Order: sequence, then C-alpha cells, then structure tokens
Amino acid sequence: MSEQQGDIERDVMEYDYAIVGGGPAGLACAIRLKEKMPAAEICLLEKGSEIGAHILSGCVMEPGPLDELMPAWRDNPPAICVPAGRDEFRLYTRARSFRLPTPPQMHNAGNYIVALGELCKQLAEHAESLGVEVFPGFPGRHPLIEGEGADMRVVGVRCGDMGLEADGTPEGRPGPAFAAGVDIRAKTTLLAEGCRGSLSKQLIARFKLDRDATPQTYGLGFKELWQLPAGRTTPGLIQHSVGWPLDNATYGGSFLYHLDEDRVYIGFVVGLDYEDPRFSPFEAFQQFKHHPDMRALLEGGEIISSGARTISEGGLQALPRMEMPGALLIGDAAGTLNVPKIKGVHQAFRSGMLAAEHLAASGTPEGYDAAFRASAAGRELHKVRNIRPGFHGGLWLGMANAALETVLAGRTPWTLATHADWDSLETRASARAHGEQAAMAANWHQERSLPPRDRLASVYFANTAHEESQPVHLRVADTSICATRCAEEFGNPCTRFCPVGVYEMVTGEDGGLQLQINASNCVHCKACDIKDPYLIIDWVPPEGGSGPNYQTL
Amino acid sequence: MKILVGIKRVIDYNVRVQVNRDGSGVVKEGVKMSINPFDEIAVEEALRMKERGDANEVVVVSIGPEAAQQQLRTALAMGADRAVLYQSDEEVQPLAAARALLAVVEAEDPGLVLLGKQAIDDDSNQVGQMLAALWNRPQATFVSALEFSDGVAKATREVDAGLENIEVELPAVVTVDLRLNEPRFVKMPDIMKAKRKPLEIKPFAELGVEMPVQLETTLHEPPPKRQGGVKVDSVQALVEALKNKGVL
Amino acid sequence: MSSVLLIADHDGKSLNTGIARSVACARQLGTVHVAVFHAPDADAPCAAAARLDGVSRVLSVSNPVNGTPLAAVLAPQIARLAAEHEGGYDYVLAPSTTFGKDVLPRVAALMGVPQVSDLMEVIDARTFKRPIYAGNVITTVKVPEGIPVLATVRIASFQAVGDGEDAPIVAAQAEVELPDHTRYLGLVDTGGSDRPDLQSAPVVVAGGRGVGSEENFQVIFKLADKLGAAVGASRAAVDAGYVPNEMQVGQTGKIIAPDLYFAIGISGAIQHMTGIKDAGCIVAINKDGDAPIFEVADYGLVGDLFTLLPELEKALDGA
Repeated sequence: MSEQQGDIERDVMEYDYAIVGGGPAGLACAIRLKEKMPAAEICLLEKGSEIGAHILSGCVMEPGPLDELMPAWRDNPPAICVPAGRDEFRLYTRARSFRLPTPPQMHNAGNYIVALGELCKQLAEHAESLGVEVFPGFPGRHPLIEGEGADMRVVGVRCGDMGLEADGTPEGRPGPAFAAGVDIRAKTTLLAEGCRGSLSKQLIARFKLDRDATPQTYGLGFKELWQLPAGRTTPGLIQHSVGWPLDNATYGGSFLYHLDEDRVYIGFVVGLDYEDPRFSPFEAFQQFKHHPDMRALLEGGEIISSGARTISEGGLQALPRMEMPGALLIGDAAGTLNVPKIKGVHQAFRSGMLAAEHLAASGTPEGYDAAFRASAAGRELHKVRNIRPGFHGGLWLGMANAALETVLAGRTPWTLATHADWDSLETRASARAHGEQAAMAANWHQERSLPPRDRLASVYFANTAHEESQPVHLRVADTSICATRCAEEFGNPCTRFCPVGVYEMVTGEDGGLQLQINASNCVHCKACDIKDPYLIIDWVPPEGGSGPNYQTL
Repeated sequence: MKILVGIKRVIDYNVRVQVNRDGSGVVKEGVKMSINPFDEIAVEEALRMKERGDANEVVVVSIGPEAAQQQLRTALAMGADRAVLYQSDEEVQPLAAARALLAVVEAEDPGLVLLGKQAIDDDSNQVGQMLAALWNRPQATFVSALEFSDGVAKATREVDAGLENIEVELPAVVTVDLRLNEPRFVKMPDIMKAKRKPLEIKPFAELGVEMPVQLETTLHEPPPKRQGGVKVDSVQALVEALKNKGVL
Repeated sequence: MSSVLLIADHDGKSLNTGIARSVACARQLGTVHVAVFHAPDADAPCAAAARLDGVSRVLSVSNPVNGTPLAAVLAPQIARLAAEHEGGYDYVLAPSTTFGKDVLPRVAALMGVPQVSDLMEVIDARTFKRPIYAGNVITTVKVPEGIPVLATVRIASFQAVGDGEDAPIVAAQAEVELPDHTRYLGLVDTGGSDRPDLQSAPVVVAGGRGVGSEENFQVIFKLADKLGAAVGASRAAVDAGYVPNEMQVGQTGKIIAPDLYFAIGISGAIQHMTGIKDAGCIVAINKDGDAPIFEVADYGLVGDLFTLLPELEKALDGA
C-alpha cells in the first residue's frame, strides 16, 4: 500500500460486514447474512460500473443452491435462461469431429444455461430489497490490516481513489476531479472477488493462507455471444469438445451452448499451464471457430458481445485456508470451481451461503475453512480433485485418469499435486530442441473470415472502457526484462496470452524494442497476473466503473 | 435562486446500441442505463452555482419510468436538494416534455432551468428551446461557459463559427454542451445521504399536459454499412478523383 | 403543390453552405421559398439564395433586430410567416446547423407542432429517415396529417444544388411582438490556432501508428495546413505518444463527420471506424494493402506515406 495514500483525508464508513465483489458468492453471502441477521449493516462493493458488468461465465448452472437462496427466481428468470437439453461431448480433428461418450460430470439434465451477469443483477436487486447497501463502481483497492504477527487482522477495505491522473509514478497524482476512496471498516470482510482477486492475492500472501496448499492453477476462458440466421440452433443443446486445435500437451477445449432466439454462446478455455511460449490462446479459439462444423454454424451471423476471464482450476488441493482474523475468502477468490463439470456458480453460491450461516452462528470467521471442506461443496471438490491435475501427462492420460477417478468417485488414496502456471513455459531454446512443437495445430495461416478480425476488434465487443488519463493499472515491476531476458527466453508471451492485446512490444524512439501497455483494452481477466513467467506483473483495480460492460454474456 | 434541472434516463453512452430483430426499437434488455451525459453536466453546473452562492436550491426533475428513480438518486448523491419523478412508461416526445416542464416551472418558479442540449437516445435537441418558447423566456443553447450577475446570465455558446456570447435576462432556459464542466464523482457517503433526500414520484397525468400530435416511428434499422471504394494507383489519380467528387 | 419555407442561415454577407444542401431536400417536398431575416443594410444573402437551383422565391424580412441570429427574436416572426404568409406553408425547414437547431424548435413550440430533427432522407411527403443514438440507429418517422411539417435538415445527407436560378426577391414582414430579453454580444475572438476545430471541420487529416513518431507527425500537420484541415489521430498514435489525446478520433475520442477524411498510416480498427463512419469521403493511405481501412475507404492508396504525402502536397499546389 502506497504511503502517499496515507496522507489523504478519507471518509470512514462502518459496517458489520463488508463484501468485496458482486458475483454469485458475494451476493449469496449478502442475501443470507441479511436473512439471518436482519439488523446487520452490510455493504457490497463492486468494481464494475454495474452489477454484472464484469461477470463472464459459460454458464450452465446447477440450480439447487439458487433454489435454496432465492426460490422465486424460477418465476422471474434472468434475461437468458434456457433449460439444458441434449449434452454432447466431442473430439475435434482438423477436418472432422467425433462424438464421445458424455462424461457423467457433463450430464446437464435439470440445469440451466444462463447469462450469469443478468442473474447477478436480479440477486443484487433482491439483496437491496433486503437492505444490503450495494455500491457498483467502487473497487476494493487495499485491505485494511491492523496488528502484527498473531494479532494481525483484517479490519476492512479501502476503496480505490477516483480522478487520479497518470504522472509517470505507479500511483499517479490527484487530478482536478479527485475523490479519495472511502475506508470501509467492518467486523468481518468477505473477499468474493472471483478468480485471482487482487485483494485476495495480497491477503493470501500476508496471512500465508496457502502454506498447506499446492499452487493454485488457472484456465483462461473466452466467450462470444452470437446472433445467427434463423434455423440453425437447437435451444438447450450443450456441446463441449477437446482436441483440435490444441495439441495433446495443452489442456482445454470448447463450449457451445444453444440459446433461444437463434443465439449461441460459443467459447474456449485453455489451461494456463500450457508450455509453448509461442501459443496464443485467443488464436486457438478463433481457429476453432473456423473448423468446418463451426464455420457452418457461425457464417453469416454476428457477434453481439464477447469477453474473457480466467477461472480457478486448482481444485481442493490448491484451495488456500479460507479464513483469517477478520476476513473470509469465498467462491473463486479461494477457488471453489468444479473443473470436470466446469461449473463454479453453484459452488460459489454454497460457499457464500455457508459463510453467512457460519458467521451468524459463531460470530467469527474461525472454523469456516473446516466447515466448507466438510460441506457438500467441499465434498464435491474432493471427489474430482485428481481429474484436472491428471492432465499434466497429456490429453489421453488425463482422460484415462479422469475415467478412473469418475468410476471410483474420487476414492483413490492419493491426491495429485498441482504445478504453478507461471513456471510452466518452456524457453524458446528448449521448445526448439523438441522440434517445432506447437501448442496448437501448426500453420494457422487460414484467412480468418469470421469476426472478430483480431483482438482489438474483440475488445470492441466487450464494451470495455477506461478513463484515459488514469494511471496504468497493470503494474510491471521491471520493464527492462521485457526487451532483454524475456524476449530471449520466452519471446514476450504476454503479447500473446493477453486476450485483448494490452501488451505490445513496439519499436521505441531509439530503435530498440520496448513494452507498450494499452491499459484501456483490459477486460480484467487476470491472465497476465497469473501467467507472466517472471512474476513481475501485478494487476490492480483501475478507477471504479472501468473495464468491460458485458451485456447478456 | 432556485435552479430546476431536467434529467433523462437513457442507455449508457458506452453501450453499443443494437436494433431489435423486428425493427420495432432498440435492445434494452440487460442494457445499462444512466443519466444522459449532457444532463449530468447540467446537474454539475447547478451544483457549482449553489456552491458559489449564485443559487440556494437545486431541484432535479425527470419524466420517465419508475426506474428513473436511480438516476434521480444519483443526482441527489451529487448534491441536488430535492427530486421529482413524473412517471410515465409511454414515450414522451419533446413537445409534450416541454409542456410538462412548463407545468413544473409554473409550480416551482425557478430562476433558471438547466437542461442537457440533447438526449443521446433520440438526439432531438428540442426540449430546452420549446420550453423557453412556451414559457416566453430567453434560451441559451449549447452553452460552454456561464456567468451570472444581477438577474442576467452571460452565456458562451458553441456555434459552427466558433464561440458566441449572448446575454439573457433571468429567468431563462439554458441547455448545456460537453465542454461546460466535468461532472464530479459520486462519493459513497453521499450515496447514503441521498437516500434520505426527498424524492417524490407522481403520475405524469398529474401535470395535466395537453398532449400534442406525436411523430410516429415506423421502423428502426442499423445504418447502411460503408462499402469500400476503389484503390487508386497514384497521387495524381487520387487528386483527380477527389476533384471530380467535389470534395477538393 | 406543397409549399416549403426554408429559413436561411447566414452572417449578413454570405449564406451558410448548408442552405444549398437544404434546398436539395426542400425541392423534393414542394415549391421552395427561402426566408432571409436580416438587418436593412445586410441583404446580400438574399441574392445568393435567389440564385440557388430550385428556389422559387426569396422572402426578404428586413428589420434592425434581425441583424443578429437570436432565436427568441426570429422564432415569432418565422412562426407568423409560416402560418399566414400566402395561406401558410406546408413545410418549414432549417438546416441542422447550430442556427437551425437553436431556432426551429422554438418555432415548433409556438406553432404547437412536433419537429423532425436531422432529416436525412425523404421517403414520401410525410415520411422521413433520421438518425438516433449518434447515427447508430436510423429511424423512419411519419408526421401525422393536418399539421405543417417542421424539420431541420441533416446537411451531410444532401448534395448542394447549383447556382443557376434567378428567383424573385420579395419583401415580407411578420407583424408580431418581439421580446427584448436576449442580447447578442458577438463572436469570441479565440485568437489562437488558425487550424479548424477537429469536431466541426469539413476536412480532417488524421495520422496513425504508421506515422512512427512525434517528429514524423509533422507530415500530417503539413498536409492539413495545405488543405486548411483539422488534424486528428488514431488511438494507437495517441497511446504511442505522437500527439495529445484531444486529437484522438474514434469510439473513445471524438466522433466526427467531416466531408473529407484522410486516414494516413491508420489501419482502421473498429474503434476508429466508429468515430468516422459518417464522414462524407474517406481516403486511406497505408503501406499495408490488407489493412481493414481499405474496406471502408472510398479511395485507397497503398504506399509509403512519407513518399506519398509530399507528392500529394505538390499535386494540391498545382490543383
């Protein structure tokens, strides 16, 4: 936390509970807290311009926890809500695709394809009607921590300043419209920031919450909403795939969900433990869309919106301790997503509700971690804990292991370790030594005929906006590495793994290469914070309200 | 002096607006709504006048659906004193809006009415001028600077030829342009305070407006896509072509 | 035959260029009379209006108070003329210039009728197309029968008429009480740059990443000066530090609609195109023949801008 900020006079607002993040975990927790303790003062902070603006998820949701949280949702479903129909699991090759048996985790009968952001808007309205104070446009920027050693505790959150101007220093300086961020003080703070939350990252380090966990791992997901010409869709059809264009060593695959009104959600998730530094996850997704089957579906349609977001894939063994004095990590801020199902929403709901019930019953965060692990959500994670790590040995070994784990319902006596994503890249020298290994089918030089034309065009469909004069929110600790060590070792992979082209190596005035950061393209996916091999990129929240404005995505 | 500020709930300016499939309107489902940006500038100007001592009360008014309360709350959080929503789920076109605002003006008796120069949804740019005509008072439109002294306002207007100064006797209607000011950020404690400020919701019918003839919109469509033209192979060819087209 | 009253936008010496374009619209609707409100010694615009092809008559409304363009003073006169002159007019039009936008709604309110803003196409006698949402949606609107049609004309949508007419100029007056609560103080002498304002300039030259550096941007400024144009830039050029961000044209910068737009070294990302989609004529100069800008440019020239721009300046010298 910058010392400079300590000099600024700030308002202080006090609450019983402060929740950072307006996603499913945070909203479920807020609602349940208010139901259990109607007199409690609860505030919920959301960095997006409105609830849902930064929410990006597949999303095929298991409705059970939502039925418990807000049963009336079925009478007033979100704007996109299509009951799941047929499931298909496919293996793609360059020219064809083959139907494989649908894994049990991918049976979706009874589930719903939803626009999660729209659902969150409804949850937020419900929370507000109960008396929760919801503040969109206000990011939690720094944790407020008091005490040291065993007495260290979280006492709240400092909101981000508004109206800072870039001046060459990381924090910038107050501009004419400067408004200091408020200090929110709370008896308990709930971090519900979603995958790779910036406050959660700080707290996990400060309180060493991950000392008993294996490294958290992640995937990078892309998603587009398409309006297609009439007659091509089967509402409710849910399709997942593996294979082309990814090679066997790279975890990932596509999803395709058919909606109503001739619309589809199409997307792609790539494990960020990929090894080839030349790989571009965005290109892999675009290439997939040009497969003959996909092209036939999409040609002539138009993109309505698009975006990208990382997801937590580490599972149970990577789950940090979820409690600390004064605070709890809930939802994917901790990493509660069930990877084989690729579903995290029902887990986030469960995690949020359990946190509320725990706090209402015991009055302290202590004991939540054990309660979560013993709960249905925790048991679910236990059952599937070995599936994702099993893919470290490649696609076929991973599928075989997955089959074994599924049959045994996770009762194998071992727990496979996870490995940090930032450490997984092969150097270019090493990759060359393996022969021209590529993480995706080589010679992707087909003319790209389907939109978006490139990453910049895809930014357009995310409606992302950042006030131009604010300080850059992607803090690169040492840019001298970029043109020298990184260029040599890895060829600047940030210029490829960022979904929206924030990072570019450009020729500087002196003729040499230098890093250019196009911060205003950022869609807050956090891939750079995760995958950068030198751990020098730190993503911090920009001014409140900045970032994407996802609609019905 | 009391200032009356009119605001409108519109689709947020960051949103990429889409025509709905049958051409009957634009997609509003799931779409972010905000205060019309020009109206936000009008609110900001009113607040600055109050802070300078040129005014003592800022009243914000809107005509729209019930959800327009959110925008009025935002104006209250910025610092307005009181808000009124005249609720209508029907489209209220500019002349009807002007007649409605006249009724509000007659009830509130402000020294100044501030409006955004146009709403970014229908881009009509009419209400301020119409209200001034009906009220039989001066108008200063597209204002980028404003000064007050002794019952008179000196307004700098952004016109095609540059900047123009006019002087209007109060009470008057001023419509504001982009460069007048930069609206302040709303602060959290003020959001909380705004919840306790008066916000009345009344039915539009209560204003007793004689509804004028309305324009009928029969179709919405996206703009025609620009087609690529030709590649020329020399500067000479380019200059020729441009001269022929009449642009050079 | 329908009658159209077109209100002239002028400065006492010459007509605004929007009038010749507005006549193109007006004559699709009926017989065109142009009304020029002016001070007694400043009637040159009347003669200019009388020359426009398709104008049948010019009404010269001379009055000392008409020497300055005050909406509150002109609107009552226009409303009176529109309602009563020779039985009244079916259409009252003004160009969608700041003058027309300022005065016509006031007229509409006095007459108790709606106004169509930014009329861009005539479908039939009472049906028109106009832009909403900054031109991202085009609506078709119909004016119900039984009332005059009042509209401001989107001048970028119409080609100027020629100059061969010889219409009669007749004196006219509107006997109506005029207010004195508004006073015209004058245009502000900005004294600053001679370069036109980016937002409203009819010709704009914009540079992109291809220009390469802040120093190199001089070639853009030079071409702009030769053309009397405003200067703009793509977001890439602004991000790279070649020019300040007030010059940015595009979705997050300025959205402009000049008659002529030069995109120099600009690849044509969607965000940039959003800012210039309503430009009259787009010229692209870029060394990458596959750049997306060529898909929307009316004229494209592939080549090195550092060679082509000096050539273009020389060609303009000769032009």
